[in-house]
Amino acid sequence: MKLLYFAWLRAKIGIAEERVDPPAGVATVAALLDWLRTRGPGFAEALKDLKVVRVAVNQEHVGRDHPLRPGDEVALFPPVTGG
Amino acid sequence: MIRVQREDFDIGAELDALCRGKTGIGGLASFVGLVRDLAGDRRIGAMTLEHYPGMTERALAEIEAEAHRRWPLDAVLIIHRYGRLEPGERIVLVATASAHRQAAFDGCQFLIDWLKTKAPFWKLEETPEGPRWVDAQASDDTAAERWSR
Repeated sequence: MKLLYFAWLRAKIGIAEERVDPPAGVATVAALLDWLRTRGPGFAEALKDLKVVRVAVNQEHVGRDHPLRPGDEVALFPPVTGG
Repeated sequence: MIRVQREDFDIGAELDALCRGKTGIGGLASFVGLVRDLAGDRRIGAMTLEHYPGMTERALAEIEAEAHRRWPLDAVLIIHRYGRLEPGERIVLVATASAHRQAAFDGCQFLIDWLKTKAPFWKLEETPEGPRWVDAQASDDTAAERWSR
């Protein structure tokens, strides 16, 4: 699974992208966020308040119950501020 | 038509090109977003726009398609820049053309309202206190919700 981080999430986590192989049982966006928070202080800090974390799977906005598959591209980012 | 680019754009040339040869157009509406030098009471030296290449183009194409579904539009244009921009520089141009003005006005407002809440762009401001990520505005959500149905 490919993970991408943007804006202050990228700054706090310290990397822009990585490939991960989450443990079995991580089958939804919500479960992925819970797992990522355990991966270190940068992740814990970035994912402290999930109300300000948005998720896209394969470049589409999705909700927390969205299912995940091994080849997915999952992006984490704050609410958008373009325009 | 969608374009995501680092370079500036020429508003007049873009609007001319959008309408060229389409003589059924009776009204053209456009909106240009610029970098302000002030955010609240903070002085802004410049800002850097980050985006999600691939998803950005997809999100903008979906917004364009939705505008076409809702109004009888002859032409739609969205140009959004990324990279470092200074106060006074153009960030975004959205334009809609139709036989009559109401569809053009409404479609244009819809494009910018939806873009602000759906297209994956983030602004990092340079302030005297250091860099600061811009927070999303509740007023932008309210503006976008007007168009939900």
